[in-house]
Amino acid sequence: MATPLFTALLRLADDHLILGHRLSEWCGHAPMLEEDLALPNIALDLIGQARALYTYAGEVEGAGRDEDALAYGRHERGYVNALICETENGDFARTMYRQCVFAVFMGRFWEAAVTSSDPTLAAIAAKARKETAYHIRHSAEWVIRMGDGTDESTRRMRDAATYLAPYIGELFEADTVTDALSADGIWPDPPALQSGWIADMTPILDQALLPMPDLGFAHTGGRQGVHTEGMGYLLAELHYMQRAYPGLTW
Amino acid sequence: MVTDLTEARAWSAAASVLDPEVPALTVAELGILRSVSVEGDTATARLTPTYSGCPAVLAIELAVEAALREAGFDARIERVLSPAWTTDWITEDGREKLRAYGIAPPVKASGKAALFSEPTVACPRCGSSATTRVSEFGATACQAQYRCTACAEPFDYFKCL
Ligand SMILES: [Zn+2]
Repeated sequence: MATPLFTALLRLADDHLILGHRLSEWCGHAPMLEEDLALPNIALDLIGQARALYTYAGEVEGAGRDEDALAYGRHERGYVNALICETENGDFARTMYRQCVFAVFMGRFWEAAVTSSDPTLAAIAAKARKETAYHIRHSAEWVIRMGDGTDESTRRMRDAATYLAPYIGELFEADTVTDALSADGIWPDPPALQSGWIADMTPILDQALLPMPDLGFAHTGGRQGVHTEGMGYLLAELHYMQRAYPGLTW
Repeated sequence: MVTDLTEARAWSAAASVLDPEVPALTVAELGILRSVSVEGDTATARLTPTYSGCPAVLAIELAVEAALREAGFDARIERVLSPAWTTDWITEDGREKLRAYGIAPPVKASGKAALFSEPTVACPRCGSSATTRVSEFGATACQAQYRCTACAEPFDYFKCL
């Protein structure tokens, strides 16, 4: 039986690995050279944060699984990321809106996790929050630039906001796992992060001429391993090397 | 017996390793070599990663291990996460070397990356403050791309973290 800390670490690690993988799909396809450098760099940050979380999850589990075993050695139902992280990239507007939603959430999450009673989580948070500040700035600038831009960029950003709105609420979900950990001061209580997220998003969305999304309805299931159709395709690519060459090392 | 001299020798061996991504700087000047201690024949170097996703972390650890072995020690590497690395740990020498290499050193006082605030970055070539940011992310995760409007040269800026 997995402990709450292991499960929570795995969820957070999966969020970062899966979104990092999605961003890496832009490599060579971004609309301009600067973004072709920016998106893989942000992907690297996310995957680096995932590594630290997987490594720690493996230690907590104590079953001898390392970061690679956890990242590549599970079936689809074993991944417990939030669904927003696996949503298909769509166009550049949708990728940037998703990034802004997630980065602002993580900004609040890491800020709270810095004071975790778990010293390893606190150390990972202290490092990640500084990186996340750049991710917020980068994505927020694009949301504003496109939301308050040309007719086409505005239409695309509005479509992105509409498409992604029902995937946001899952980030703030609590269950027995998070309840047990936040009661002990180990893990930030997800619902408690929502007001901070709204406060941080408000000036961005105001400048982008976009409405605050309705967080009332949320697609859910990611934390139980129930995924969208796109997840299977994503994992087929992510797992390819380890399936073709099991135990491969560089 | 471990003498201060032995420890100093281990430190200077480890400290001489260059960062593979910014080879103008040693790991000591970059501030990622936190300490080196010697116990018996074993030298332990404590290193902290710059960025979580820095692909050079493993290469740097292996290079420090090799340098310690070459200096005659059994080498051990410890990865330290806390306290988190900050660009404020880049030494004065390191900052000067970055500038000479063509990379603008980080503006001091990290952690004040407030939304939309822009640091004033001086051009490493002509020293002018008339510079504009081209992109937040450059050739590596730790750099941003800038352009100098005085001498018209593009350059990399080592971001604050
Ligand atoms: Zn200049």
